[in-house]
Amino acid sequence: MKPVYFDNNATTKVAPEVFEEMAPYFVEFYGNPSSMHSFGGQVASKVSEARQRIANLINASPDEIIITSCGSESDNTAIFSALRSNPGKKHIVTSMVEHPAIKNLFKHLEKDGYQTTFVPVDNKGRLNLDIFYNSLSENTAIVSLMWANNETGTLFPIEEIGKELKKRKITFHTDAVQAMGKIDIDVEKINVDMISFSGHKIHAPKGVGGLYVRKGTRFSPFLIGGHQEKGRRAGTENLASIIGLGKACELAEKHMTGENEKMKKLRDKLENELVKRIPNSFINGDLDNRLPNTSSISFEYVEGESILLMLDEYSICASSGSACTSGSLEPSHVLRAMGIPFTAAHGTIRFSLSVYNTEEEVDLVIEKMPQIIEKLRDMSPFWQEAVKEGKVKYKD
Amino acid sequence: MWEYTDKVKEHFLNPRNVGTIEDADGVGEVGSLSCGDALTLTVSIENDIIKDAKFKTFGCASAIASSSALTEMIIGKHIDEAKEITNDDISDFLGGLPKEKMHCSVMGRDALERAIANYRGEKIEKKEGTIVCECFGITDLEIQRAVSENNLTTIDEVTSYVKAGGGCSNCHDEIQKIIDSSIGGGIQIIDKKPEKLTTVKKLKLIEETLEREIRPQLSKDGGDIELVDIDGNTVFVKLCGSCSTCKKSEMTLKNYVEAKLREFVTHEITVEEA
Repeated sequence: MKPVYFDNNATTKVAPEVFEEMAPYFVEFYGNPSSMHSFGGQVASKVSEARQRIANLINASPDEIIITSCGSESDNTAIFSALRSNPGKKHIVTSMVEHPAIKNLFKHLEKDGYQTTFVPVDNKGRLNLDIFYNSLSENTAIVSLMWANNETGTLFPIEEIGKELKKRKITFHTDAVQAMGKIDIDVEKINVDMISFSGHKIHAPKGVGGLYVRKGTRFSPFLIGGHQEKGRRAGTENLASIIGLGKACELAEKHMTGENEKMKKLRDKLENELVKRIPNSFINGDLDNRLPNTSSISFEYVEGESILLMLDEYSICASSGSACTSGSLEPSHVLRAMGIPFTAAHGTIRFSLSVYNTEEEVDLVIEKMPQIIEKLRDMSPFWQEAVKEGKVKYKD
Repeated sequence: MWEYTDKVKEHFLNPRNVGTIEDADGVGEVGSLSCGDALTLTVSIENDIIKDAKFKTFGCASAIASSSALTEMIIGKHIDEAKEITNDDISDFLGGLPKEKMHCSVMGRDALERAIANYRGEKIEKKEGTIVCECFGITDLEIQRAVSENNLTTIDEVTSYVKAGGGCSNCHDEIQKIIDSSIGGGIQIIDKKPEKLTTVKKLKLIEETLEREIRPQLSKDGGDIELVDIDGNTVFVKLCGSCSTCKKSEMTLKNYVEAKLREFVTHEITVEEA
C-alpha cells in the first residue's frame, strides 16, 4: 500500500526530476571530475552547475559552498574548524534542543575539556536570550544554534542573533538542515558564518549535504586527503548525488512561495482539526515562528509508539518523541527541555509534510487519529483516572 | 523499527481482557507516566484459582501485548502456579520480544506479583533495596534479580530488562558492579564446594605432596622424609639423611612439612615425628 508519508523531517523522497537529472551519472557518465581525460573532466562542469544552484537557494557565491556527505558531517566540520581556527578559545555555546549531531558533539567536546553552555528554552521552545548573551565571552570559540527545530519546527531568531554576534566577533554556525528549502534564507541579509544543510531533507538523495562558509571566515578542513572541494573536504565527489542536490535546490527555490504556502495550509488544517476533535491534545512549539510543514501534537495519557503502530496499519507514517521510539529510554530531550509534562511527552506525535502531500492524505489522518487515540485511551489507566477526576478538556 | 512477531502485533491490535474488574480480589499496579510504561492488573479469585483478569496499560505495543498475554496466561490458573510465571514465559508466549523491550514483560510479571500479594494481604514494600538508577527509580535488588533470573552479563541487557542505565548513564558503574558480583558469586560457589576427603584420597594426597613438594626441597640439603603412618589427621613421618641429625628438624617439620600438607591436603593435618 502506498505510504501516506507525513515524516518528511526524518527524510524525504527523491523528487522525480532530481532522479532523472542524476540518472546518466551512474552508468554512462561516471568519470571522476578530477581526472585529466575529457571523459572525467566533462562532468566537472555539471558539478559546478550543481554548486551554483545550491548557492542560488541561499543567495551565496558558489565558492562559499563545500559539499559534504550529510548534515552531521557539515556540523562536525563547522565546529572543529572553529575550534582549530581559534586555538586559545575553549568555550562553546549551543542550545538545549539541538539535533544529536550538535548535542552529542558538544557533550563529547565537554569530556575533552571544553567549557560548554547549553542555553535553555521556554515552554514554546524559544531561546532564553538573556542567558544566551550573558554566557558569551572572549573565550567563546563558536556559537551553534539550529535555524529550525526538527521536532517542533520552532524557528530561532537567527537574524537578530547574527547581528549581535557580528558585533562581538564570535563565529556563528547554524544547523539549517530543516530550514533550508522550507523558508527563505538569504546570506546577504543574515550574519551567519557557517550554515549546515542536508540533501535528503529537500528531496535530494541521502548521502549528500553541504556547508556554507562565508568568504573571509577562517576555515580548517575536517576530512583531510585529496584536493577536492579546493582542499576543504577530501574525498571523490559523490557525482550523481551532487548533481541531484543541485536540482533539488533549484526546485526548492521554485517552490518557496506557491507550493510551500499550499503545504502550510494543509499542515494548519491537519493540526487544527486534530486538536478540535481530540480532547486533551495540544500543539507544541512557537506557533508564530515555525516551519510551514511541521506539527508536533501531544495527546495526553497515551504513548507514542502505540499511536504510530496503529497509524502504520493505514500506512500513515509519522514519528514520535516517546521514549520507546527514541534510542534511549527517555523521551525526546527537546520536549523535556521545553518542560512538556510527562502526561504528554510520551504521547507526542510529529507530522511533517512536504509539497507532495495532498488534501486527501490530510483528511485520512484527520479521520483515523481520533479513533486511534480513543482506542488507546480506553486501555489507559491514566485516562480512566482523568475521566473520574473531570480532567477531560476539549478545545473550544 | 522493531521486529515484532505476528503474535505481538495481534495482541497489540486486538488485546484480550482490557478493562477493570470492579471489587477485584487482587490489584497490581506498576510503572508511571514518567516511566512511559504503566500497567494496572485486576484479578478475581475463587478458591485460589484466578477466575478472571483484566488490564489497563499505558505504554508501547510490547507493553500492551505483554499485558494482554499475561491475562490469557493466568486465567484459570491456581495462584501458586501463576506466581511461577517469569518474564521470559510472557515473552515466549508472544513468540519473543525485541531485547530492548524485555522490560515490558518484566512489568507484566511485577504486576502479577503485586496482584497476588495484594490478594493475600501481603505488604509489598514500595521499593526494597537502594535506588541505583535515579532516572527510572530502579533498585539494586531489582537489578540483581533481573541479572540472576535471566543470566544477564552486560549493562545493555540490564537496561533492556529493567530500564536501569537507560537515561543519564551515571549509574553504569554501579550496574557493572552488580553484574560482576552476580557472576563472581557463581564462580566462588563452584570453587568452595568442600569435597569429603576419604582415607584413600587423603593418603594419596599426602604421598603426592611429600613426593612433589617436600622431598625435593629436603634433598637440596641432603635430607629426606619418609611416611610412616596416618591416624585420622595426624601424619607420622621420619626424617632421614641429614635431616635426622639436623638441629632445625623440629622447625622443618612444623613450618615446612606441616604447612605444605595443610595447603594441599587439609587444614586439619598435624605432623608428628614417628
